[in-house]
Amino acid sequence: MSGEAVNVTMQTTVQATVLPASGQSPAEPILYARGLVKRYGRVTALDHADFDLLPGEILGVIGDNGAGKSTLIKALCGAVTPDHGEIFLDGRPVHFRSPMDARDAGIETVYQNLALSPALSIADNMFLGRERRKPGFTGKYFRRLDRSTMQKEARRHLSSLGLLTIQNINQTVETLSGGQRQGVAVARAAAFGSKLVIMDEPTAALGVKESRRVLDMMLDVKRRGLPIVLISHNMPHVFEVCDRIHIHRLGRRIAIIDPAAYSMSDAVAIMTGAMKPPEQMAA
Amino acid sequence: MTSTVEGPGRQGPADFERVLTEADAAVASFDEDEKTLLKRVQHFLHEHPTAVPFIVLVTGILLFSALVGDRFFAPFNLSLVLQQVTIIGVVGIAQTLIILTAGIDLSVGAIMVLASIMMARSAVIWGVPVEIAFPLGLLVGTLCGFVNGALVTYMRLPPFIVTLGTWSIFGALVLWVSRSETIRQPDIAAEAPILQFTGTALSFGGARLTLGSILMILLAVVIWYILNRTPFGRHVYATGDDPEAARLAGINTDRTLLAVYSIAGFICAIGGWVLIGRIGAASPLAGQTANLDSITAVVIGGTSLFGGRGSIVGTLVGALIVGVFRNGLALYGLDNLWQEFAIGVLIIVAVTLDQWIRRISA
Repeated sequence: MSGEAVNVTMQTTVQATVLPASGQSPAEPILYARGLVKRYGRVTALDHADFDLLPGEILGVIGDNGAGKSTLIKALCGAVTPDHGEIFLDGRPVHFRSPMDARDAGIETVYQNLALSPALSIADNMFLGRERRKPGFTGKYFRRLDRSTMQKEARRHLSSLGLLTIQNINQTVETLSGGQRQGVAVARAAAFGSKLVIMDEPTAALGVKESRRVLDMMLDVKRRGLPIVLISHNMPHVFEVCDRIHIHRLGRRIAIIDPAAYSMSDAVAIMTGAMKPPEQMAA
Repeated sequence: MTSTVEGPGRQGPADFERVLTEADAAVASFDEDEKTLLKRVQHFLHEHPTAVPFIVLVTGILLFSALVGDRFFAPFNLSLVLQQVTIIGVVGIAQTLIILTAGIDLSVGAIMVLASIMMARSAVIWGVPVEIAFPLGLLVGTLCGFVNGALVTYMRLPPFIVTLGTWSIFGALVLWVSRSETIRQPDIAAEAPILQFTGTALSFGGARLTLGSILMILLAVVIWYILNRTPFGRHVYATGDDPEAARLAGINTDRTLLAVYSIAGFICAIGGWVLIGRIGAASPLAGQTANLDSITAVVIGGTSLFGGRGSIVGTLVGALIVGVFRNGLALYGLDNLWQEFAIGVLIIVAVTLDQWIRRISA
């Protein structure tokens, strides 16, 4: 155990700042984790995993099934509490006990199942769990919803992401197509995420055209300065939108690659263990 | 699957996606132009779920007005129907809240009777001042609901099983507290007339409107407001619709459920008050059919048993439909059994319609 602890500290000092893969000036990561360990019984899902997200970037997270990437993401968004290791947001250590904690800290997650309520309207869904109330007496004592403001805001967030095709903000989410639902979920995350957005397989259930729109939307969110963590199995999508790619294997990060310098087959080879990870990143 | 594009270098949109710029941009809009009449009806009903019960109610009234004539469509008779459905209406409001969360409450009738017995017995027999006896009854009802809610949330038991159990338990408590005795009408009138207050009738022309019916409507307005105009109400719908999504969206679904069951218990206790007003006495044998009748009203009113969809207005209309069909068929001279038959058909049709409307997104 003590040896492990020493090891963790060393990694922390070595990797406190990470050079962007493209070799620009070093940037302080907005979210980083050191030495995360999570065991489920005899299974080690996270084995001293590190993680860095730089300001304004889209970071791809790829890894084979069972590599532990979903546990890593769950630890970052508060759904799982790691056994060891630390997570830092804006340089300060954070301890999330629930997704709500992470959300309050400014980390929004777009879950694979989207976490939308199909029978509720688009506007209701955008503000689900953080409804706005009317200012003054009726809002305070009668807890009256400020529906017009929420509708206006919801429309603004959707149109700023180019989802203008949604005409009626009060139509129920179940009447939307898969891509439009994804759009609502992304718009919600972008609207409320003050630090970063985590997106879990956002294009997995979508057709070619709808995937395209979601990718464009992600680039839009990035342009507004909000960094994104993209978990995906879709290599063309990852290589298109990501600035750096975090490759997860056997419970830890084995490489960070620049998509401009490596091919998709290299990435897959590193991810599956067919190719040795590049030297400088062997942590 | 992934290695079709070889060689290093940032990838722009993949080749196969380039043609998308020429694709028909209208595909993303979802207002289909060509809809069959049936599809349009389905869409309309989906957007206005209470339309069906309204249509059935109006049809029923027109039907019986034609069949029975003035005896049915008279202010007195129609106000009688309203009086007859008041108990079901009040308990149905409680049941609606629970069914919206994808639960069911088989104990609503027992809670109602227990509350009425507590109010009447403590005021009349135990000599408790009515100012305390009345809130005591409300408190007991709320507690019963709380127990249901606690078992559903903390023990993770299915609501059907929980309330099947508490139905028996509350029913036994009713017999224990009341010693199987009815508190008679004159005794209540002498000791605690306020308990019969809801039976007071106001006359408008030929119509007799009881305060109990007015209370039911007020209650419906309050619960409608809570469901549709407060954050809590949105959480109730979201919890019933998809609990996992609601949790991920940051809603404390356990607290929401606990509140819903407690509020339902409170409303049932109000129902107990209305019950005393309706029959004048507090009987352990009253309101025997309230459980299933309330579910009937909710279902006919278009609220989905699968949770997340439905409305208070629908439930009131559902209760009125039951009342109109019972009253109308009786006046038409048909045997009681045909009333039950008709109600049964209405339930099946209502659930079938609900299933059909829900299939819209497919």
